[in-house]
Amino acid sequence: MQMTETHDAVHSAVPDAQGHFGRYGGAFVAETLRPAIEELRVAYEASRADPEFIAEFEYELKHYVGRPSPIYHAKRWSDRLGGARIYLKREDLNHTGAHKVNNCIGQAMLARRMRKPRVIAETGAGQHGVATATVAARYGMECVVYMGSEDVRRQAANVYRMKLLGATVVPVESGSKTLKDALNEAMRDWVTNVHDTFYIIGTVAGPHPYPLMVRDFQSVIGRECLVQMPELTGRQPDAVIACVGGGSNAMGIFHSYVDQPEVRLIGVEAAGEGLASGRHAASLSAGRPGILHGNRTYLLQNEDGQIIETHSISAGLDYPGVGPEHAWLKDTGRAEYVSVTDAEALQAFHDLCRLEGIIPALESAHALAYAARIAPTLSSDRILLVNLSGRGDKDIHTVAEKSGIQF
Amino acid sequence: MSRIQSLFERLHAQGRRALIPFVTAGDPAPDLTVPLMHALVAGGADIIELGVPFSDPMADGPTIQRASERALAAGMSLGGVLECVARFRETNRETPIVLMGYANPIEAMGGGRFVERAGTAGVDGVLVVDYPPEECREFAAALRDAGIDPIFLLAPTSSEQRFSDVAAVGSGYIYYVSLKGVTGAASLDFDEVARRIPQIRARVRMPVGVGFGIRDAESARRVGEIADAVVIGSRIIEEIEHSAPDERIARVTAFLSEIRAALDSIDRGTR
Repeated sequence: MQMTETHDAVHSAVPDAQGHFGRYGGAFVAETLRPAIEELRVAYEASRADPEFIAEFEYELKHYVGRPSPIYHAKRWSDRLGGARIYLKREDLNHTGAHKVNNCIGQAMLARRMRKPRVIAETGAGQHGVATATVAARYGMECVVYMGSEDVRRQAANVYRMKLLGATVVPVESGSKTLKDALNEAMRDWVTNVHDTFYIIGTVAGPHPYPLMVRDFQSVIGRECLVQMPELTGRQPDAVIACVGGGSNAMGIFHSYVDQPEVRLIGVEAAGEGLASGRHAASLSAGRPGILHGNRTYLLQNEDGQIIETHSISAGLDYPGVGPEHAWLKDTGRAEYVSVTDAEALQAFHDLCRLEGIIPALESAHALAYAARIAPTLSSDRILLVNLSGRGDKDIHTVAEKSGIQF
Repeated sequence: MSRIQSLFERLHAQGRRALIPFVTAGDPAPDLTVPLMHALVAGGADIIELGVPFSDPMADGPTIQRASERALAAGMSLGGVLECVARFRETNRETPIVLMGYANPIEAMGGGRFVERAGTAGVDGVLVVDYPPEECREFAAALRDAGIDPIFLLAPTSSEQRFSDVAAVGSGYIYYVSLKGVTGAASLDFDEVARRIPQIRARVRMPVGVGFGIRDAESARRVGEIADAVVIGSRIIEEIEHSAPDERIARVTAFLSEIRAALDSIDRGTR
């Protein structure tokens, strides 16, 4: 949409017409899925250039989601850490409590334009499922959410939330019974029911045009920051920090800054129990390029190219791949990708609760933890902008369990 | 001319249809794969499609996914599949073998190395489900240079443009996916297939095999009346799943023989 056209040079060059970000991305799908993504690509190309569509999207973001989300100076936490000043982009204050809803609204609007009365989604922790169920209710659409049966068990509250919102939750029993299996199952549903079904993918991965489309819908985050940071601090930040699972909140905040080389872009992956333990979800830090779920990108895989099981305390980061644009930004050196362990993320989670009165999502706590790691090494005139991508109410059971507390 | 191309010419001259069974290599155990391949030939297979197991087989239904999971749990890998082919070739030089799988194991091995090893092992065709023609021109050219046919899928929803893309890059035969959805799904629309096959044959100038949704002798016969080849996969895997370990080979052979008989019962003047 227009939003992307305001940025020039390097970044507007990707993806190309076939969805390639350098050697990454593309549309590696079975022929059975081809017409579906082709139909989507054509419809989205038309919509992203349509002022009416953009105006409606912006209206919804303002009146339904509650945008713009504020930027908040986490002063007590910054002072405690010593060093750089840390600012938080408050995506946790959006309706439904995370950045996910921005994208769901965009895709549901597109589904309506394409006259698809049924939407489907995959979900790990349930956040994207809840966001999808929310917009499906808002637009009066049938909604089916695929969720690994293991995740259904772990995330009972979100399963109930989706049901309250009128969605059908289908537990997936195949494979590792987690997010990637839910994604496989959603793809199968789409292939079979493409005539009336729109597949709302929750992150900047999948076959073209998903990585482009989800970036477009999420890029409102960074666009707001471009305006808000100078208002608040007189300038743009020295670094923008965001957690990366599939990478949609990170692309959302990075996109507006990609063509400003003086702003460091830092993506934080889940190191789980440590990269050396093998129990992590850090595809960019520890994976190799390959093809999964319709795109070429960094993947966690074994020698034989089989996708391996991942681990993170944060279900939203527990995915063996990553959006292809992040793979490209890593290889070109424009963005840095680092990782943070479960323990570090938990520490940041608790610190933000106690010092700022904000319960962050465990996903976002990874970005916070990295800010906490580098802030003390920087002088107090440096500014770090962290994307606080979601609120942590959904995670209190996980955190309590780690502290040995049972409800 | 490749082994696949000459097979189709021979069958065409005889007015016969090719029978192409699919099994997943390594399912349920790696040491059963080569004996099973020989049993498929004994049951009347003209070409064997050998599935390369993958952890995330998105285009397949639950039956083939289960087969993939069993094979991986039993230690099968792309390298292991190629070893099976080489062992099969020790005693069978005639029956073409087509590997069918997903891109990532090939990417992990390296496209060039895979083509070389596949050629040495005696592979005749390769169908990579998630390599569309426009994303694998180099790979397809390398396969053809090694005497291996790059085989592509076409679907009921494929566009005219797609026919040309596939005609430009593919060879051997076309695998026509006869219904929307994934492997092992329920129903098959014979009228739709009958309408599409002649269009594809005219445009692509390759034999057309039909798969997805063929479950018994009757559906095989009806498809055989209009197609050059009949592909049957999920149903064979179910046969393996439902057999006692010492009966698997016999039951698969018996099942395939029924399909063979049904195909051979087709009046040779039909096509």
